[in-house]
Amino acid sequence: MERVPILKIGDILLVSIQLDMSDQTAVQLQDDLAERIVATGCHGVIIDITALDIVDSFVGRMLSTIASISKVLDAETVVVGMRPAVAITLVELGLSLNGIRTALNVERGMELIAAARADELDYQLDDDPDAETATP
Amino acid sequence: MALNAEESGRLVALLGGHAERVTQRWTDIVAGSLRGRLSHAELRRQVEDLHRAIVGTGEQGAIDLSAESAGELRAALSELSRGRARQGFSATETTISIFALKDVLAELVQEAGGANALHDYVAFSKLVDELGLFTFESFVRTRESLIADQAEQLLELSTPVVKLWEGVVAVPLVGTLDSARAQVVMERLLQTLVDTGSPYAIIDITGVPAVDTQVAQHILKTVVAARLMGADCIISGIRPQIAQTIVALGIEFGDIATKASLADALRHVLRLTGVETARRQPRRDA
Repeated sequence: MERVPILKIGDILLVSIQLDMSDQTAVQLQDDLAERIVATGCHGVIIDITALDIVDSFVGRMLSTIASISKVLDAETVVVGMRPAVAITLVELGLSLNGIRTALNVERGMELIAAARADELDYQLDDDPDAETATP
Repeated sequence: MALNAEESGRLVALLGGHAERVTQRWTDIVAGSLRGRLSHAELRRQVEDLHRAIVGTGEQGAIDLSAESAGELRAALSELSRGRARQGFSATETTISIFALKDVLAELVQEAGGANALHDYVAFSKLVDELGLFTFESFVRTRESLIADQAEQLLELSTPVVKLWEGVVAVPLVGTLDSARAQVVMERLLQTLVDTGSPYAIIDITGVPAVDTQVAQHILKTVVAARLMGADCIISGIRPQIAQTIVALGIEFGDIATKASLADALRHVLRLTGVETARRQPRRDA
């Protein structure tokens, strides 16, 4: 059975979907990804769909599921590289991929994850009572 | 409404026998209707071509405009109407060039006389009508293809996507936005976003004369599609009347940023991207 490779770049896992997704491949990818997130402790997942000509409700639901799984494991998911034709089709179909963050390309996706991560760290620091007493 | 071989023979005899007189008289009548918008020599050349085509077809036997033998005649008629359509003549001015032949034929038939003069004239007249209709048809076809070409050019010309800043592109929409144009604008904008990797797009609707629910729908679709791809859209150039229309129609732009002018939109985007703008101190001349 075909598998989608998952690459680790720094604090981010990169999934580049290059083949037509079937039910089995999708389930396999979800399993693999969940395991890799736990194993590596990464805080970001980038799913690259540049090579996908067709994004239907099935692929859309798979992306949402992956995003939800990653969220539970404290990793931010960004879908990158959606083609204009795919975006137009999705809009015409009325699918809006709720709850999924998107970026134009992998580079922007990495920036987005880094920014989200920085916000989160700031937030945690602000909450820290010691930090507050240290800076009156 | 074809002529039979006998009638064709008589028509050829009439036209061929008085070639010089026919073309002269024909040219004169047409020139009168065109009021000098085409030179006499040019007209005469066209009339001679037609004359030659009719006589040539008649010599091969019965004149039937749909038959293969009338290819030359059809070509001559199409040539004439194409030329006229491109030069901006009206349909009447074009077909009168053919119908003028009736007047010429009437004179010739009257002079020739004979037992079947009336019968012949009616038959010739029907043929000329057919030629006229054919000319009219090809005139309309030429006009239609001209209009189609222009519409296509307009579609391509009127939707530029310009780069305003690093990572910021803008689409100044000009003219009414129908479904076809909206589609072109959407595709071009999204493609530019991918090509330039710009995360911000400004859609400027200053040049859109009216915004109805359909136009708003097209703009909203573009914004949602851009969002799906990971880019943010700002709508700018909303004129006071348009703002009132949008509210009156109950169109919801949701969380899409709308700005009054392109400058405001650019400032908004620059603030989002963290670019600082500052006025430089005027230089003091010592």
